[in-house]
Amino acid sequence: MLDDDDRRILRRLQADPSAGVPELATATGLTPAKVTRRLDKLREGGVVKGVTAVIDWRNLGYAVEVSLRITLDKTQARAFDEFLDAARQVPEVVELQTFLGRVDVRLSLIAKDLADYQRVYRDDVLTLPHIADIEALMTVARVKDDTGLPI
Amino acid sequence: MTLDDTDRALLRALVEDAGRSTTRLGEKLGLSQPATWRRIKRLQDAGVIAGRRLRLDPEKLGFGVTVFLGVKLATKGRVSLEDFERAVSGIPEVQTVEHVLGLYDYRLRVVARDLADFERVLRRRIMTMPGVGDVEANVLLSEERRPGPL
Repeated sequence: MLDDDDRRILRRLQADPSAGVPELATATGLTPAKVTRRLDKLREGGVVKGVTAVIDWRNLGYAVEVSLRITLDKTQARAFDEFLDAARQVPEVVELQTFLGRVDVRLSLIAKDLADYQRVYRDDVLTLPHIADIEALMTVARVKDDTGLPI
Repeated sequence: MTLDDTDRALLRALVEDAGRSTTRLGEKLGLSQPATWRRIKRLQDAGVIAGRRLRLDPEKLGFGVTVFLGVKLATKGRVSLEDFERAVSGIPEVQTVEHVLGLYDYRLRVVARDLADFERVLRRRIMTMPGVGDVEANVLLSEERRPGPL
């Protein structure tokens, strides 16, 4: 189980993932040796899985982001697996999520513009297997963007 | 900005693991350390790399439930949108707030300890927000991020 020292380290690291041991030690008031030990333990235990770079697709010319909410034909036993396998092959799909609720799967799709989106949607999305229904939500703005967990 | 094949390989490597040193990244891509550093700096300056994010296991930290909420506002108008955005962004359990066009006005990502905790956040914090109308909840079962068109 985590204690307050672990939480302090994680909070600091969430705010600045590139912070090194000396910075973490200063920020948390722990000795560098202790920070190192704690970090090793958090990594070994799988609490900290790593650091990832966040790409801003708009700056690579992908101005359109659409959230596709998909209902699958569940009478097909392998509908989820076959749909997800096929969706992974579409390069413009940046995120796949499965749900319990009114929606079965959600795909985040990026495109250069609306014409490009139309092409990807027709050629690569509508041809995915076992789709019963699709709803599209277009992202207008990100008001709050993944600020992490309230540790 | 336009990317060459090396930039694309570098971005893929950084999405996979941004914790590596430029020396090790360079070795992987067949670049010198200074060349790797220069390319990363260029990608950062152009805003292609928007930042770095710590990947944590929510369940191991006691957050067993992630729910996506589709929220439709009952009353619209400039003022109510801003009020809603400000209020909802201030809730710690709300990780992302997206303004969307379509069936809903906003899409929220909410983390909670369990379903009972989620219900508390939903009832006490979200349903009491100014202007909230229809709310649809979907519980996240699995999630996968893809490298994208690189």
